[in-house]
Amino acid sequence: MLNNILDAVVQGILLGGLYGLYAAGLSLVFGIMRLVNLAHGDFIILAAFLILAFQRFLSIGSPFAMLLVVVPVMFILGYVLQRFILNPVLGRDILRPILVTFGLSVIIQNGLLQSFTADSRKLHGGIIELSSFTVPGGVIIGYFPITMLAVCLLTIGGLQWMLFHTRMGIAFRATSDDPSAAGLMGVNTRHLFSIATGVVMATVAIASVFTGIRASFAPTSGSDCLLYAFEAIIIGGLGSLWGTLIGGMILAVSQSLGSRVSPAWQMQAGHLIFLIVLLTRPQGLFPRRLDN
Amino acid sequence: MNNSSMNITVERSTRVSRVSTIVFCVAIVVLAGAPWWCPRGQLSMLVEFLYYLALAELWNLLAGYAGVMSLGSQGFIGLGGYSLFFFALLRGWHPLIALVLAGVVGLLVALPAVALILRLHGAYLAIASWVVAEVGRLAFTEVEALGRGSGKSLEVSIVRKLEFPFLTRDGTLYLLALVIAILTIALSYRLLCSKYGLALTSVRDNETSARSSGVNSFGLKFGVFVVTGAAMALVGALIYLTKLRISPASAFDINWTSNIIFIVIIGGIGTLEGPIVGTIVFFVLRQYLSDLGSWYLIILGALAVAIMLKMPRGLWGAFSSRFDVRLFPTRRCLVFLTSDHANAGSTNTRESALAAGSGEQS
Repeated sequence: MLNNILDAVVQGILLGGLYGLYAAGLSLVFGIMRLVNLAHGDFIILAAFLILAFQRFLSIGSPFAMLLVVVPVMFILGYVLQRFILNPVLGRDILRPILVTFGLSVIIQNGLLQSFTADSRKLHGGIIELSSFTVPGGVIIGYFPITMLAVCLLTIGGLQWMLFHTRMGIAFRATSDDPSAAGLMGVNTRHLFSIATGVVMATVAIASVFTGIRASFAPTSGSDCLLYAFEAIIIGGLGSLWGTLIGGMILAVSQSLGSRVSPAWQMQAGHLIFLIVLLTRPQGLFPRRLDN
Repeated sequence: MNNSSMNITVERSTRVSRVSTIVFCVAIVVLAGAPWWCPRGQLSMLVEFLYYLALAELWNLLAGYAGVMSLGSQGFIGLGGYSLFFFALLRGWHPLIALVLAGVVGLLVALPAVALILRLHGAYLAIASWVVAEVGRLAFTEVEALGRGSGKSLEVSIVRKLEFPFLTRDGTLYLLALVIAILTIALSYRLLCSKYGLALTSVRDNETSARSSGVNSFGLKFGVFVVTGAAMALVGALIYLTKLRISPASAFDINWTSNIIFIVIIGGIGTLEGPIVGTIVFFVLRQYLSDLGSWYLIILGALAVAIMLKMPRGLWGAFSSRFDVRLFPTRRCLVFLTSDHANAGSTNTRESALAAGSGEQS
């Protein structure tokens, strides 16, 4: 019993990094341009399908190698999306960006349904998926989940480093504080926003390879990814990437514990933790406001 | 404002709106007779048209006027549908009573749910409402008596109770849908003409300045969200009274909300006429494109995105600002009765302070 709980917690923490990475992208875009991309989860699934398609096209087995192609593709896609579709709707009216990204979500889901049918797919990671080691206490840890956690931590750390130690990061934070003042200082906000979405889409590509190997996915799976990302942000508290990571881990641990009760409780437990946090601590557990 | 000294009256109706009122009354009489002149197949499509129209008007009231972007409409629809099945199937009560009770259940659930959801704002509020709807879906997959994940069918003996002399079951359902749709539009119009309507649009246009003028913005949003939620539950009950089969996956499907949103965006968000236009466009497109499968939703989504980019007020918004036509005038106009000013004789001048927040966004 106790061992079972310990195992669920450990597996949850290992998965939490991935949810943290989903959430970091959503949170970063919101922090910089006050935009919540409702198609964020669908882009994760789109990238996973792109990996699948490129694997077939290039006849290369490893999905990880496909990142060399899919990361740049997603960066460009993000840039173009922001430049030509999202930038024009940014502004005082909050409804337009929400409705446009929601429309994109429906377009992507149905586009994937049309191209890949509604079947569930899975990426095959090879030997790393099958091997594991046992830590003292009897908990079995797979090499794949631990690699996933490490890569997600590195990616979130990279984003954090970029925000605080590069000229581009300074421009991001300046624009987040005051877009018009940043514009006066010579920041081209339209270009900068597009770069930011491009960078986020690159992290989405990284997240997608682990998403696709970890479990099967279908064209409509993106909605769940969006909900997990959002819940991680609200649990962790807006505006801090590390808070978001902790939020992702709390979410994943509660899902993992819920799944030991029954399969239906896996998602429900996560939703309930989110609602409890929203009820008792709406500012999140580790809030830090990037704005103001 | 001292009206008597200057002989100014506030007028709301226009010539077009007076004509359209007559047209609407005639249309309602004709539509009310549909069970006796319309073939059965068309009648069920009309029912679908009417419940989509009601849902679109409700969502438009919430998003277009109260400024609350909810992606959780399917939660209320599903809740209403399941409440109907609970009262009519498990308890064996008359379906019409079950229908009303479904609305009551919607109201009771909306109170705490909305209070929780309104803790967030903007897009985060939108996703939170979606999560709450998901919680509802997952909860109903656990209910043994209502068929868990695979759902339940309504027995024919139950819907037989809707047959009356001179009126078939389909006719009753149709009249119910018609009454709900007309009530939704009429009550929305009454609300928007009242002082609450003025307060609502001022909150939507600028919440901070509305609050500084003494508008209780939270109370307004809460009230509209709860009432539209309860009404959506009622419509949901009607929908599943016509469908006769319910399952968590179909009742709590996000596609309910995406269809509603597309209707409202295409027709024109923030106008009462917009959802009517949008529902017509939605059904016409579906008639011609439904063979295309996923392409239908891709085209609909692309159309909605294009309209948001190029024509944010939708088809009706573009039409009405081009020709200055309003069928449901919610805007107040000042009419000068005497020629106090050289050029003011009988000209309609917008009452700028009120007009800015009282109808369509300018």
